[in-house]
Amino acid sequence: MEAQGLLRSRTVVLPVRDIDTDQIIPARFLTTTTREGLGAHLFEDWRYGPDGAARPEFALNRPEAGGCTILVAGHNFGCGSSREHAAWALRDFGVRAVVSTQIADIFRNNALKNGLLPVIVEPDVHAWLLEHPGAQVSIDVQSTTLTLPNGTAVRFALEPFARYCLLNGTDELGFLLARESEIAAYEARLGSV
Amino acid sequence: MSASLTLFEKVWRAHEVVPETADTPAVLYVDLHLIHEVTSPQAFTVLRERGLRLRRPERTFATLDHSTPTRTEQIFGGAPITVDAAARQVRELERNCADMGVELLGLRDARRGIVHIIGPELGVTQPGKTIVCGDSHTSTHGALGALAFGIGTTEVGHVFATQCLLQRKPRTLAVTVHGTLPPGVGAKDLILAIIGKIGVAGGTGHVIEYRGETIRALDMDGRMTVCNMSIEAGARAGMIAPDETTFRYLAGRPRAPEGAAWEAALERWRQLPSDPGARFDREIDIDAAALEPMVTYGTNPGMVIPIGATIPERSDDPVLAKSLAYMGFTPGEPIREQSVNVVFIGSCTNGRLSDLRAAASVLRGRKIASGVQMLVVPGSQQVKRDAEAEGLDRIFIDAGAEWRESGCSMCLGMNGDLVPKGHYAVSTSNRNFEGRQGIGARTLLASPLTAAASAVRGRVTDPREFF
Repeated sequence: MEAQGLLRSRTVVLPVRDIDTDQIIPARFLTTTTREGLGAHLFEDWRYGPDGAARPEFALNRPEAGGCTILVAGHNFGCGSSREHAAWALRDFGVRAVVSTQIADIFRNNALKNGLLPVIVEPDVHAWLLEHPGAQVSIDVQSTTLTLPNGTAVRFALEPFARYCLLNGTDELGFLLARESEIAAYEARLGSV
Repeated sequence: MSASLTLFEKVWRAHEVVPETADTPAVLYVDLHLIHEVTSPQAFTVLRERGLRLRRPERTFATLDHSTPTRTEQIFGGAPITVDAAARQVRELERNCADMGVELLGLRDARRGIVHIIGPELGVTQPGKTIVCGDSHTSTHGALGALAFGIGTTEVGHVFATQCLLQRKPRTLAVTVHGTLPPGVGAKDLILAIIGKIGVAGGTGHVIEYRGETIRALDMDGRMTVCNMSIEAGARAGMIAPDETTFRYLAGRPRAPEGAAWEAALERWRQLPSDPGARFDREIDIDAAALEPMVTYGTNPGMVIPIGATIPERSDDPVLAKSLAYMGFTPGEPIREQSVNVVFIGSCTNGRLSDLRAAASVLRGRKIASGVQMLVVPGSQQVKRDAEAEGLDRIFIDAGAEWRESGCSMCLGMNGDLVPKGHYAVSTSNRNFEGRQGIGARTLLASPLTAAASAVRGRVTDPREFF
């Protein structure tokens, strides 16, 4: 995974709470056996009408959303299914960070493994961001701060190991494989029970 | 060592290969890794790319459930799988399991079924185990006192290669249920009421332990229904302490220990329940005696009301308004008597034998309303055989329902079993998200009793009317 330190972007805002992974990527697109190309179907049923035409009013379809890498969403983003396809679809579309007041556990884990940064902010900051779509913000993994357009920097919580992996491009599988002797010792103890 | 521990803490500690530190998560050992066709292909690809094999193929167990057809001719009759991509996924899992030495209960295997139904049914799910699967409803297995949770595909790859996961220790939430469930109110109503109380994000970051005399009185099928929907409250997992009900359920199952190993296992399992005085990070209490049949009115499982209640009115809530617009419901109107087009009995939530018996108890000698499509999909081939041995299939077929082969089916509609756009489905499954059961489908989650009663009248119906 490539290292990721600083993001600077205008925001795109979905002011809906409890956005579930069935909305992010509907189940009918899970029959794929690869990770690629899912961005085309990101929020498929919100982005496109029944005739397949893009809904112009949907935030991700607006011209000003072009090039935005920071998604601000309502409370409890990513709830529901464990499908990593949701994180893959967001990354494939170009999203690099999701900002909310809460992000569901499995989605958060999946996001971090794909260089998609979950950013939990306080309700007042969140409320401001929801009301100001297109705000230019920056997110610094090193200092775990999100900086608002007026220069105010707010801290966000990021699990220290996840932060380390993001900053150094560390691969968690490599880290686990390097624990071989501990795993083998554990299995030897299991065998003796 | 004298500290009082919760069930969760005991299982967690026993599986720490390396405990967590401030800088690094715990390395947690996985006793059992369940896989299926949808969330495993990309993990096998990563293994191949890195030249790795499965560390413990014998701790890995595969089945086909999510995208598989439920029509008998497509499983046993040589008729092709309608969805091409689903057929490819099935072939890919067959190939991956053959290449990597993983046991697969294939399409025509008599033991096949929904992964969360067959784990307990075969006795591979056992108290005190750590169990993971690339599926959020892995929480189901916690009903037997296992620590079981859903993971993403990258983590599936981690478990393939190392039999371990990097995990931060979750917090604990005790949900204590007191009193006796009234007639017509079951495990599904209980868990829907719990989700309604704590909300769809109320359990985030926590493992729930369900406790109290109401939980103790539930049979294993009911306990699995409760634990299954822990994820719908956002919880990492749900657990119930193993007891004599658990042991009776497991005894004699094909993969359960036997003889001296069974006795030794019982001794270990009896140590698992939370110690008196064990502390939870949060605790809530539920009065079972006050519950009614529950039904959802909106687009997540927390949007749930007693069947006699009216759809909430909150003029200042645009998210509720959006949800009700999707559902085609008006604030303030009763949920009862809303028209129903489709009824689905099945899924890892309510696809077990006792669920089918409950539905059949309402349908016996009755017909479903004209214009209603009703699908009954057993959770496993074993459930199907058991139901047929009791004649439940005849009750469903005589009532006008379709009796299918096992699978996830209409719960998420990956296999082509879909609710048409705009139609109302009373479903015993777990998610009423927009589009979950088909584009534009409108889902009302309910118990098997409520679903069956609603099928008979073609309207949302309190099953107690049939008692």
